[in-house]
Amino acid sequence: MKKREIQEINASSMADISFLLLIFFLVTTSMATDKGLFRTLPPPIDPKEQKKTEIEVNTRNLMKILVNSNDKLMVNGEVMDVSRLKEKAKEFIANPANNPDLPEKETVNIPFFGSPKITTKHVISLQNDRGTSYQAYIAVQNELVAAYNELRDEISAKQFDGRKYAQLTEEEQDAVKKYYPLKISEAEPKDYGSKAVGGAQ
Amino acid sequence: MAKFRKEGGKKLPAISTASLPDIIFMLLFFFMTTTTMKENTMLVDVKLPEATELTKLEQKSLAKYIYIGSPKRELQKLNGSEARVQLDDAFAKKAGDVGVHIAKKRDAMPEADQASMIVSLKVDKDTKMGIVTDVKQELRKAYARKIYYTANERSNSY
Repeated sequence: MKKREIQEINASSMADISFLLLIFFLVTTSMATDKGLFRTLPPPIDPKEQKKTEIEVNTRNLMKILVNSNDKLMVNGEVMDVSRLKEKAKEFIANPANNPDLPEKETVNIPFFGSPKITTKHVISLQNDRGTSYQAYIAVQNELVAAYNELRDEISAKQFDGRKYAQLTEEEQDAVKKYYPLKISEAEPKDYGSKAVGGAQ
Repeated sequence: MAKFRKEGGKKLPAISTASLPDIIFMLLFFFMTTTTMKENTMLVDVKLPEATELTKLEQKSLAKYIYIGSPKRELQKLNGSEARVQLDDAFAKKAGDVGVHIAKKRDAMPEADQASMIVSLKVDKDTKMGIVTDVKQELRKAYARKIYYTANERSNSY
């Protein structure tokens, strides 16, 4: 009997198929990149000198945020929801209406901006309890960073014809950073919650 | 029709394997790029908190990791379910351990990089701030002041 001929499989398209697969996986797999909020801690303080180094801050320049052990927020003596914190912080940092209750303004020379009046002395003080959950703490930190980011975006768009902060050159970004300097102070930890628990026992 | 039929070539031709190396290379590259080296065996459960205003950690070689969370289920018999600090492959045993550990890590780095060391805190979102604050205070004392609260991206803001 006559042997039947078997055709050679055309493998030239194999490369294309594997390339497609490769590109598909490359696009769909998310490489594990770390993302987070960057912070610089204040330098350590000598316990002996602790009392001396306490800095007087005018109350109008201070935004005091307390987070209690039930993850509830109090801003300058007023109970507040996290969702409202960003607006409040923006108003505090920029003080657009020159409100006497909000931080005082000072004329500062900044490249690109000339000599605008900005709130150089403002401080946002964040104090949490030992019982505060980490998620609540990060949420508050996040809202504060969001407030700064939005303000920086707004001023960049105004000054550099519609470009956002991320699209600016390094010098321009530095100027914007000077305009709205990030001033979040993490106060020395205090222990209210667990004392209250201790008292209850 | 007969003129289309070839006369010779009745033998079984071998399947070409010329593209096989390419395929294997492709697989290799794929796995090379996507796999991340396991930094540590996790002793604690860490579910990262969520936030929107995140920045990328650019230089991973500068980052040292500290994990905080409650011990994994199989370790809870020995360690309890209270949140613990994990340094490399072990739990921190006493209060000063974090500072010592970070100082050791910093000494192991090239001298030029030591000042720009970043401590990446991977903390479970349900952890209480007390233990996190303690760790932060120790980092301050060890002059490891650049820290990084690792979090996951959240799509919607409030």
